[in-house]
Amino acid sequence: MKTLDRKLIRDVVHLRGQVVAIALVVACGVASFVAMRSTYNSLLMSQQSYYESYRFAEVFAQLKRAPDSIASRISEIPGVGTAEFRVVADVTLDVPGLNEPAKGRIISIPEQRRQMLNDLYLRDGRYVEPGRRDEVLVSGAFATANSLKPGSTLSAVINGKWEKLQIVGVALSPEYVYEIRSGEIFPDNRRSGVLWMSREALGPAFNMKGAFNDVALTLAPNAVEADVIQRLDDLLTSYGGLGAYNRADQVSNYFLSNEIGELQVTGTFIPGIFLAVTAFLIHLVLSRMVATQRQELGVLKAFGYGNYSIGFHYLKLAFLIVLGGVALGIGAGWYFGLKITALYMEFFRFPVLRYEPGPLVISSAVLISLGSAAIGALAAVRHAAGLPPAEAMRPEPPARFRAGFVERLGFHRLVPTSVRIILRNLERRPAKAMLSIFGIALAVSLLVVGFFLYFDTIERIIQVQFDMAQREDVSVTFHEPRPANVKYDLAHLPGVIRVESYRAAPAKLRFAHRTRRIALLGLEGTADLRRVVSKDFEPVTIPPDGLLLTSQLAEILSVRPGQIVTVEVLEGARPVRDVIVAGTVDELVGLSAYMDQRALNRLMQEGQTSSGAFLMVESSRIPDLYTQLKQTPAISSVSIPEVALASFNDTIARTINVSTVILIAFAVIIAFGMVYNGARIALSERGHELASLRVLGFTRSEIGFMLLGEQAVLTLVAIPVGFALGYGIAGLITVAIDTELIRFPLFISARSYALAFLVVAGSAFLSGYLVQWRLRHLDLVAVLKTRE
Amino acid sequence: MGDIDVHALRSVNLELYKGELVVLLGASGSGKSTLLNILGGLDVPTSGEVFYRDHNLSIDDDAELTHYRREHVGFVFQFYNLIPSLTALENVELVTDIAEDPMPADQALRLVGLGDRLHHFPAQLSGGEQQRVAIARAVAKRPEVLLCDEPTGALDYSTGKLVLEAIERVNRELGTTTVIITHNAAIADMADRVLRMRSGQIAEVRHNEKKASPRDLVW
Repeated sequence: MKTLDRKLIRDVVHLRGQVVAIALVVACGVASFVAMRSTYNSLLMSQQSYYESYRFAEVFAQLKRAPDSIASRISEIPGVGTAEFRVVADVTLDVPGLNEPAKGRIISIPEQRRQMLNDLYLRDGRYVEPGRRDEVLVSGAFATANSLKPGSTLSAVINGKWEKLQIVGVALSPEYVYEIRSGEIFPDNRRSGVLWMSREALGPAFNMKGAFNDVALTLAPNAVEADVIQRLDDLLTSYGGLGAYNRADQVSNYFLSNEIGELQVTGTFIPGIFLAVTAFLIHLVLSRMVATQRQELGVLKAFGYGNYSIGFHYLKLAFLIVLGGVALGIGAGWYFGLKITALYMEFFRFPVLRYEPGPLVISSAVLISLGSAAIGALAAVRHAAGLPPAEAMRPEPPARFRAGFVERLGFHRLVPTSVRIILRNLERRPAKAMLSIFGIALAVSLLVVGFFLYFDTIERIIQVQFDMAQREDVSVTFHEPRPANVKYDLAHLPGVIRVESYRAAPAKLRFAHRTRRIALLGLEGTADLRRVVSKDFEPVTIPPDGLLLTSQLAEILSVRPGQIVTVEVLEGARPVRDVIVAGTVDELVGLSAYMDQRALNRLMQEGQTSSGAFLMVESSRIPDLYTQLKQTPAISSVSIPEVALASFNDTIARTINVSTVILIAFAVIIAFGMVYNGARIALSERGHELASLRVLGFTRSEIGFMLLGEQAVLTLVAIPVGFALGYGIAGLITVAIDTELIRFPLFISARSYALAFLVVAGSAFLSGYLVQWRLRHLDLVAVLKTRE
Repeated sequence: MGDIDVHALRSVNLELYKGELVVLLGASGSGKSTLLNILGGLDVPTSGEVFYRDHNLSIDDDAELTHYRREHVGFVFQFYNLIPSLTALENVELVTDIAEDPMPADQALRLVGLGDRLHHFPAQLSGGEQQRVAIARAVAKRPEVLLCDEPTGALDYSTGKLVLEAIERVNRELGTTTVIITHNAAIADMADRVLRMRSGQIAEVRHNEKKASPRDLVW
């Protein structure tokens, strides 16, 4: 080993406290990069290969009923590759061990197993046997949530009767990687699942013998998707087609692709913060080191070491500081990647989700970290290399100070001398002060944004959706629209206190050339159980005539209140009508078009008709009600918002707890790294000055104040800056996550700010305490003898 | 390799009297700095006792020693050790802020002839001026003891003499007990008493019948 390298290692050992603080920052950056990038890669790869090997369809359409003869006409549409014609039915399920009725979607499969679109992966058990009409396969998430295995049974209302079904296998489908029902924001795998049953069994039971009500198809090479969708729609119109759509609108794929996209963004943003902080800390430490080793540099140069080798020496030092963090980060990232992938496995069902941090991710992590170290080292390395030897041998000229801005205004008499020292040190190097503030502010903003996402947003959505809008205890959907007087039948069910019926109808809204498929929801004029609530908690009255659109939907159609849209109803007589947009409402979830129920009945040219109802139920009678509802064949599905919410909270609580711990750890490490390094460097720069003051009779806490006051001021300034930064980033997120599915309200609670303050101020205090402790060891005698 | 005990000072018996000006002479390694450190409450002897009036300075009690330095001792360092971020006036005020009965900071600076440099920062002052600010800082709290460690060591001849004049004036006008340590034998002529140290012991004590004015010193 060369002697200069030996110096390098001793320098690192000497700086160990600061090296550890920086290495931790690097480790966080590398760990988040490795974990998120590799999870992103595995999700993306798994998605692609799953879709490919199990032939995930590209265009989907639901319809009322079409005879099998139409199938060949669909296959002949130019651009269609393969097509699958299925029967799909929504039923009420009675799952063993579950009080409330569950929702099932039964999908037909060929009696003899063959290759098909949206093919099934049998996770467990076997395929249905020909001729065995009561055999079903159940979806993975549903099976896991209810501990269903091959051999278990469950019951479903089929053809108006309860049928006992034998589970023979557990299957996964690319169509249901994320098992969520369309229109819902949280999955409820306990009470909602997918079942596959042979076409021969399902067809006759739902009056679909020789007919189908669901189409899935792939596109031929060079096909134009929009053309295919248009032709398919034209063909299916007379068979009650509900409008064809592509993968982007397919629910499971929508959620999965969104998640992958978000992972890509956060996997770039979070490591970016850490690497920026790393570069700044390396800059601080190396600049200080070159300053203290100025005379050594002069000697080295005098002995003939070249500028290149001196510069490279400090660059190597920067690399050495970072490398420990890189190694730790790769290990931690690998571990967290495994954990994150395991978490994803609970939400997204793939036949295999293999977690492999590839060599590319690892080597990128190393290169990016070394790159940020090199950027941080640049100024110090150039300074060291460029210093003429004769100049280097002389001590650094004394620091020049001048009266700061505040003092020139004449306020300096108001502050004690010790505070003036702090202010002037800050004002002497404004760029350094700004960057320190920015670094600490990043830690604050990271927390603010995290708490905003994990707590404030979720709480507010729950508050608006469940406490204010969906106030029913139970909602039921009928198989077929029923006359409005069904309300009175429902009112007689056990424990029902109040019933509000609703009418829902699939429709296409058209304004100019823009169209949108949507479910029109007609609510009772006096509706109190289900209300429309804006994101500002304002209940909105539904106009007696015309449409009330969510702002998001109005935007998609570019329509303003007062303008007329064309409504094509995709059910019943399929009337096409012009309807005025009476108003818009800013809702948090989904796209909706509301009408008064009577107005919707008029539009549909029908008498008073309901598609379902919202019920308020006496809580003690709920079990009786469930039993009764399970035995009511006219009801196709039952939703219980409160139970769905509880199950959602259970599911995400763990994810949120883990994320919160990681987030706090990240912020603590950044804040600690910034404050500790800042204070250590200040101690190194001003140790002599402080020791002189000790000799002059100042106590340890007095000089501690002068030393740490600077970091305290930086931290206290950084915290409101971080609040503002966090608010800004949260604002950007609300703009970015302004999806059709969900909007985030830009609301950050006082609690989030307070927690962010506590975490960052606490870690700053801790690092200050550690440095204060070093003040015990100031060499008071040395200051008498040595020039700084 | 075993550590070898080195005695910096051995059997030193010394009394300092109120108002006297003592010059402590010695080559480097003679123990004069160790003696000054002990007198200044920066260090405690491994054996033996040191008293300032009724304060026992031989007990290693940081708070007690800090209090002693704060209330009773003024220090002048070889390299001035001013706070670069404070002006001359503020450097003095820093000490007067924590003293019980200080003189006004500007008066202290006038005493050392810097009445016109009050608002200059250290980087804007010459070495001699900086050392005089340091003297003003040391005496502004009206200490009973002024300890000067090679006060002219970093200065040229004429500037050094200006600094010695300032020290002499403080001693004369305020009656501060003053100890100057130096290896410059010429300075000894301005003292009431001269102690010469060698190998950790006081080798010679001399009383000057007639003190020379710093202006008349030659080296």
